[in-house]
Amino acid sequence: MTTATAARERGFEWRPFFQRYGLLLSFGLLCLFLTLASDRFLTGDNLLNILRQSAINGIISVGMMMVILTRGIDLSVGSVLALATVVAADGLRWGWAPLPALALCLAIGGALGLINGLLVSRVRIPPFIATLGMMTLARGLALSYTEGQPITGLGEGFRQIGTGYLGPIPMPIIVAGLVFLGGYVLFNHTTLGRYIFALGDNERTAFLTGLPVKQITMFVYAASGALAALAGTILIARLNSAQPSAGEGFEFDAIAAVVVGGTSFEGGEGTLLGTLIGVLIIAVLNNGLNLLDVPSFYQSVVKGAVIALALLLHRAIR
Amino acid sequence: MSTQPLLHMTHISKSFPGVQALSGVELTVERGEILALVGENGAGKSTLMRILNGVFAPDSGQILWNGQPVTLHSPHDAQRLGISMIHQELALIPYLDVGKNIYLGREPTGSLPGTINWSKLYAQARQQLDCLGLDIDPRRQVRFLPLAQQQMVEVAKALSLDARLIVMDEPTSSLTEREVETLFQQIRALRAQGVSVIYISHRLEEVFAIADRVAVLRDGSLVGCKPVADLTPEQVIRMMVGRELSQVYEKGDEASAGDVVLAVEHLSREGAIQDVTFRLHAGEILGVAGLVGAGRTELAETLFGVHPATSGTIRLNGQEVTIQRPAQAIRSGIALVPEDRKAAGLFLRMNVATNIVMALFGRLARWGIIPWARVEQIAGDFVERLDIRTPSLQQRVRNLSGGNQQKVVIARWLTLEPEVLILDEPTRGIDVGAKAEIYRLMHQLAGRGVGILMISSELPEILGVSDRVLVMREGRLVGEFDPRTATQDDLMSAATGSGDSGRNGQ
Repeated sequence: MTTATAARERGFEWRPFFQRYGLLLSFGLLCLFLTLASDRFLTGDNLLNILRQSAINGIISVGMMMVILTRGIDLSVGSVLALATVVAADGLRWGWAPLPALALCLAIGGALGLINGLLVSRVRIPPFIATLGMMTLARGLALSYTEGQPITGLGEGFRQIGTGYLGPIPMPIIVAGLVFLGGYVLFNHTTLGRYIFALGDNERTAFLTGLPVKQITMFVYAASGALAALAGTILIARLNSAQPSAGEGFEFDAIAAVVVGGTSFEGGEGTLLGTLIGVLIIAVLNNGLNLLDVPSFYQSVVKGAVIALALLLHRAIR
Repeated sequence: MSTQPLLHMTHISKSFPGVQALSGVELTVERGEILALVGENGAGKSTLMRILNGVFAPDSGQILWNGQPVTLHSPHDAQRLGISMIHQELALIPYLDVGKNIYLGREPTGSLPGTINWSKLYAQARQQLDCLGLDIDPRRQVRFLPLAQQQMVEVAKALSLDARLIVMDEPTSSLTEREVETLFQQIRALRAQGVSVIYISHRLEEVFAIADRVAVLRDGSLVGCKPVADLTPEQVIRMMVGRELSQVYEKGDEASAGDVVLAVEHLSREGAIQDVTFRLHAGEILGVAGLVGAGRTELAETLFGVHPATSGTIRLNGQEVTIQRPAQAIRSGIALVPEDRKAAGLFLRMNVATNIVMALFGRLARWGIIPWARVEQIAGDFVERLDIRTPSLQQRVRNLSGGNQQKVVIARWLTLEPEVLILDEPTRGIDVGAKAEIYRLMHQLAGRGVGILMISSELPEILGVSDRVLVMREGRLVGEFDPRTATQDDLMSAATGSGDSGRNGQ
């Protein structure tokens, strides 16, 4: 009897183990597979490259995660990125200094996000619809503002955020790292972070506990918009050009990273480490598919399949 | 007809990691019998019923149905045999009508394959409802029906599946007294037709009103199964808790009514409460009785700013306060423990410590940064003070029992040291042992000068715990009573508006 119980208990411990480390394990297996499949994968240059490529999605994903934690969704990140960056790029072209241009870019992103937040929290439009509207609206504004033309020539100073280095580390990685660090502090050590989780867990309880529900909602959407704009500055700095069509489909990469990382669409559940691994899985996958010379049409198929698989696994071990 | 009982569960055992949920349980149900199944939370009632419903397989033991051994792999298997479960949370689809709900997934087919013969469906539904003597339009959407009728729709659904045994889990928890009586009549009618019922409830009065026999579970074992006629409620309680319960309703020291802490004058809210005037003293437990829908919860929500008042004044310690939102009520020193703790009182996926300290975070934090060490210390203190049984502060609240969850909600408010504590149905769905602890806690708080407003549908609780009782009907206060002299009948007649609603206790 006792041995039987003990055996069952030992058997059961696999579940928490997988719940905890399953994602890390899948990531490890993916890397192991690519190391064996291509000798170009496990090189310092390639790894740095992966990190640099994942910086943009990583920054957007932190904002997306906050929104999803409150049971929301932000479909407008790509369009917001485009609108904020074309306006900032226009400023740069007119001779603005890099820092004011950066600040303008973040302010536009934050303001557009705030409008999303207002629509969701005050007007009570479902997040999917509100941000879908913003997605179309911001894209339209970006296209009208530029008349569909890219804006080029941003100046060397501004381009540092995309092309510069701090010691051996590329700037985009530094920026993304700071965003994740900030996210970590926010989620684990601030009241606002706890309130975001609380709101996603149970909005009614949050309201009855006296939490500032509307302000929290506005914050997460504003943060998502501002972070999308920040990611956008890296993008345009690297390309030395701001395009009104930039960022199309970015919302899907961010949502995929957050959800693969284990954040629940039901809100109130998720870890920043999970999101980080989600971002890296998607970046490594992109990188690996290129290294293995998979034709780009098939790349989408494989990516989709891997995401579906990750979600299935998540379901199964919950 | 055979002489075998309809259902015989024998030597049923089931263990989960670290817990022996059931050990050697015997349970029989005769044809046309109402068997009440009682026990504290965690006694094994739901595990036993899940085994009967094919959700869990027992580790050992057998289920005999009409004397034949059967193995149940799913609720579907159970349904095929004629066993239907009606859960506390109803499984109806609110936006479908009654007929569609009854025949969901089993719609009669029309002349073409894949089509539905709607007229036949509604005719059959009509027939099922008639069998139960229910005057419900089968084309009415379920969400428009009162809860009691929704429950009867579930029963009609069960009968349409040829159920021989219906398990009802806490069917009356959200019904008014009158609705309970209707439900009982219909349960008795089912019995007359030879249908058996297993009736699970925490409310012993109901058990004694409806059941033929009572089976008591404690810590996973059957401690007794006797005809109700041979038992008294006190005996059943003793069997459930396994110890002499000196008194569930333990009065505190004679109420030393302090100053008026909350004074409410002519408070009204459109369509909810009308012209409510009362005073609550420091250290007083003021009970609010009334039928469901009489405006008691609405009164609590108005005082707490969930829905602001349209007219009238609220004074705290003599100072008039404006309360438009819960946050304002909280700042003024009012706390509300809501009726439905899972939907409105808890963050189920968050841990015990965070749940307790949530309302205090804002005051503890500097520059928005949480001092975790202090948080843990405060949460730990409250876990100890309220005797919240949890393996650790990191345990998710979802995994605690109902009584301990309720204590977590109360603890959250106590961190703010409120002057007025409103408790809406504080012991709903909580076992007897935990109830006594909640009452003791209320008396302790009152002893420290907190004014307590307790809304409850359980009249023994109202009379046993309160220092003074208000009765509400149709949004108005219609009576005030002294619980030492008033009887349940007095409160009931005031609540229903039958007889004179005197203000005797003044």
